Amino acid sequence: MNINPRIAPAPTGPPLYSIALLSAAALAYEILLMRLFSIIQWHHFAYMMISLALLGYGASGTFLALTRRWLEGRFLVAYVVNATLFGVTALVCFRLAQVVPFNALEILWDPRQPLWLLLIFLLLFIPFFCVANCICLAFSQFSKQLHRVYCFDLVGAGIGAVAIIGLLFIASPVMALQVVAAAGLLSAAVALRECRAQTRGPALVLLLTAAVVLTPAVGFSLQVSQFKGLSQALRVLDAKQLDQRSSPLGQLTTVASQTVPFRHTPGLSLNTPAPIGEQLAVFTDADGLSVLTRFDGELEKLAYLDYQSSALPYHLLDEPAVLVLGAGGGADVLQALYHRASRVDAVELNPQMVELVNGQFADFTGSPYQLPAVTVFNSEARGFVTASTNRYDLVQVALLDSFSASSAGLYALSENYLYTVEAFSEYLQKLQPGGMISITRWTKTPPRDGLKIFATAVAALQHAGVAEPGLQLVMIRSWNTSTLLIKNEAFNNYAINTLKIFCRERWFDLVYYPGITANEANHYNQLPEPWFFEGAGHLLGPADAAFLDDYKFNIHPATDNRPYFSHFLKWRTLPELLTLSERGGMPLLEWGYLVLITTLVLALLASLLLVLLPLWLGRGRGFRVAGLSWRIMVYFAAIGTAFMFIEIAFIQKFILFLHHPLYAISVVLCAFLVFAGLGSLLSARWHKWFTLPRVSVAIGGLSVLYILFLPGLFENLVQIPGVFKIPLSILLIAPLAFLMGAPFPLGLDVVSKSLPDWIPWAWGINGCASVVSAILATLLAIHIGFVFVVMLAVLLMCWPHWFCHGSFKGKSLREKPPT
Amino acid sequence: MSGFKKLASIYCRGFILGMLGLVCAIPCAGAAEDYTVLRQRLVEEVSEDVIRTRAYTGKGALDERVMRVLGMVGRHRFVPANLQSQAYENRPLPIGYGQTISQPYIVALMTDLLEPEAGDVVLEIGTGSGYQAAVLSRLVDRVYTIEIIPELAESASERLKRLGFANVEVKNADGYFGWQEHAPFDAIIVTAASSHIPPSLVQQLKPGGVLMIPVGPVFQVQQLSLVKKDADGEVTIRQVLPVRFVPFTGEH
Repeated sequence: MNINPRIAPAPTGPPLYSIALLSAAALAYEILLMRLFSIIQWHHFAYMMISLALLGYGASGTFLALTRRWLEGRFLVAYVVNATLFGVTALVCFRLAQVVPFNALEILWDPRQPLWLLLIFLLLFIPFFCVANCICLAFSQFSKQLHRVYCFDLVGAGIGAVAIIGLLFIASPVMALQVVAAAGLLSAAVALRECRAQTRGPALVLLLTAAVVLTPAVGFSLQVSQFKGLSQALRVLDAKQLDQRSSPLGQLTTVASQTVPFRHTPGLSLNTPAPIGEQLAVFTDADGLSVLTRFDGELEKLAYLDYQSSALPYHLLDEPAVLVLGAGGGADVLQALYHRASRVDAVELNPQMVELVNGQFADFTGSPYQLPAVTVFNSEARGFVTASTNRYDLVQVALLDSFSASSAGLYALSENYLYTVEAFSEYLQKLQPGGMISITRWTKTPPRDGLKIFATAVAALQHAGVAEPGLQLVMIRSWNTSTLLIKNEAFNNYAINTLKIFCRERWFDLVYYPGITANEANHYNQLPEPWFFEGAGHLLGPADAAFLDDYKFNIHPATDNRPYFSHFLKWRTLPELLTLSERGGMPLLEWGYLVLITTLVLALLASLLLVLLPLWLGRGRGFRVAGLSWRIMVYFAAIGTAFMFIEIAFIQKFILFLHHPLYAISVVLCAFLVFAGLGSLLSARWHKWFTLPRVSVAIGGLSVLYILFLPGLFENLVQIPGVFKIPLSILLIAPLAFLMGAPFPLGLDVVSKSLPDWIPWAWGINGCASVVSAILATLLAIHIGFVFVVMLAVLLMCWPHWFCHGSFKGKSLREKPPT
Repeated sequence: MSGFKKLASIYCRGFILGMLGLVCAIPCAGAAEDYTVLRQRLVEEVSEDVIRTRAYTGKGALDERVMRVLGMVGRHRFVPANLQSQAYENRPLPIGYGQTISQPYIVALMTDLLEPEAGDVVLEIGTGSGYQAAVLSRLVDRVYTIEIIPELAESASERLKRLGFANVEVKNADGYFGWQEHAPFDAIIVTAASSHIPPSLVQQLKPGGVLMIPVGPVFQVQQLSLVKKDADGEVTIRQVLPVRFVPFTGEH
């Protein structure tokens, strides 16, 4: 490589602002990739590809550990080249990844698919590798200022987390990608400026390229998988896209189809006398169909809504006050209005969905959210219930997830606070006397969702002190949906008679009511065995715990500590499912979970390879020093893991407090990173206090305090307005994050003073540990809960004592890395 | 050799090997295989699968006529040219436009459950490439099939004509309301995804007739919903799993 001396003088300090900008762009890119792949593919494989691509951070450590000597004196060129490459490859690699013919749905059928997946991973790996090279080069080159470098790295990343969420509100995901790429190029130009490069030419070229990257001409369209709902809908004759809007919550695409109308009415009775109303389809991330319904004020035209299983509670209540959680396009609100609800409070998370109903398509929908009896709240459902002081006769939890995604187990990794025991308890508290909760789910066979909801309801009623939960539960099922009613008092005979008539008229099956007999179940929609009826009976019987353990799927109720409602897979069932997978058993496999496990195994293997490679290549050249290499490895792996465990666990805790997943993730992530950055900076200034053992003990102590007292604190503060919750959250995060910013630079400090050549290796280990632990945190949370994840992090923070015992002094001069 | 060069050379070799792997993994289209032999092997494989799932289907073997037809109809003619070499693998394949040709095991199971008779008139919603219609056409009197995607309807119609399946009629239309001119039907098969069972299709079913809906995500069938209309017009739905799986264990 020919180094131009005019642009590569020895810089006097690290290009801190460039580092911050680059880190911001890299974090934004990570979040953005998840968004982009959720649209064109499915989010579980997106998670896998992006998690593995982040191993670019680990790989950069390995790469620089082996090439550091060669790069010495070439810092600026190496930095600028890598930053520029990030900018270019962020855009180019995604575009190339789009044309790779990977089809997630064929992964078990087609042996080529894992190879296509590998190719996408390799493409996405490049940008992260380039960014990590830049940061690591700065650490190595300016080891005396590594606290400052780490500070700007973290603060930049924190700002990137908030900036990308903001950007996605105003720009399309494609435009946001162009902005990220331009930011990469800009950071290279800023580095040249900060390091006082003697010629302005390269910086000008970079700025010009950044400007070109931002032009619409560089933009492109997203190639959505042909198997997603939106692609298939647009294939139909006369189908046309009416509107597309995007936000961090998803891309909403509205489609009209004249010749073949949409008729999305889950679980509609075969005995329906009424025609289905006119609908427009709204696809979220090119899948997940929901509909806007034409409504001109004539309620009779909505008669078909009385023939869904979700209409049952309206036959048992008189002009109820209704709370619809997850109102979406308004079908559940119309159902309530058809049944003469006295008042409807509709809660919808996505403001763009409300805009579609009330704004762009108001003429079509008749603006049901603006009717006098209806109030729409743009809020997260669980948070709304927690904060609300209103009481309702009916809490209707809408069926929002798509059937195909739900039945393929794609939601297994998503935390869901709507279907936990604590959530059900809160819904119960918001009911008027005689009120009820109604929950409709897709029916899967063999039963999973339906029985898990039932088990959750039983647990919530027991939690509320109800001696006989069975008296307050009713469950029915249609061809493909099941509806569960949970009442805050016993169902009377009149209600049960009404229930029987409702089911008979619609050919729906009775699953459970107090006093049901075996011959009443499994009548219209016959399963091979009356699994739902028998399951409900077992869950209410004395051997309910044994039944939960014996059942081949995980139908244990979800809790706030383990909020994975859609995780049904049990390890002991897996061999049987795999054997049957090619004979119709594949849908019983839970893709989200299996992808998580595969990702973890691959990330672990790749990390081991990356971490051990420098030791292996450098053997015989003094790179492996008795005990020290292992000490460094364990220390940086432990603190990297602890950082991610604590960050991920507390994001979940704050989601429950802030209630809005977007605000929670962006506020908590940003606060964590920014305060950790400040912690890094000040740990150098106050180095007398900031010793490794002290910091680790403080982090451990504070984490335990938070685990013990945060739930109670949040419970007491749940009613305070959202505007106060955000600064309060930041205040709570600040001390913990501040301390957590210290162990990495303090450890690196120790390494740099004794063995400066090993800095990249330590960085690589930390990078690999962050990737593996992020995946591991989810897996542990699924099985043992977030509290345990934090406790494990506290244990991991004990390593600093061990690390500090036995100084490196006296050894440093003899140890040489490979050249 | 410097660490950089060494690492670079390792990366390069890894990349080249990876690329070679990808190229080698792509099977050559049109490999010279005897399709008749492959088809017989597929029929044997399906028969074995049926034996394994008999606890749920209630059948140790499928109707011999169905298996014979499965051995006669050239599946390779109903898949895209680049996938013909995989046509006799017991797996679903993409046929373009976001649609698939079903797994032969599932096609055989569904055809058998429809209990086709020589004089039957059958309606299919979701023609796809026309394979299911072709199989049915060798077992019944007439097959009417409706496809929602114009390109697929056109190509399936042309293909079926060319291959001599003269008793099949293809229409590009909305299948929701069935095909009134040819109703009632002895059997209806709905392979298009729907959030509910279209009541109009049940109305076009003869008393004693069967309507079948395979349910599940693309490339997979989760269950087969079998709607039976008895002589009095009463309807029951039986949900058949294509797989032998009992969720209860132990004493439950």
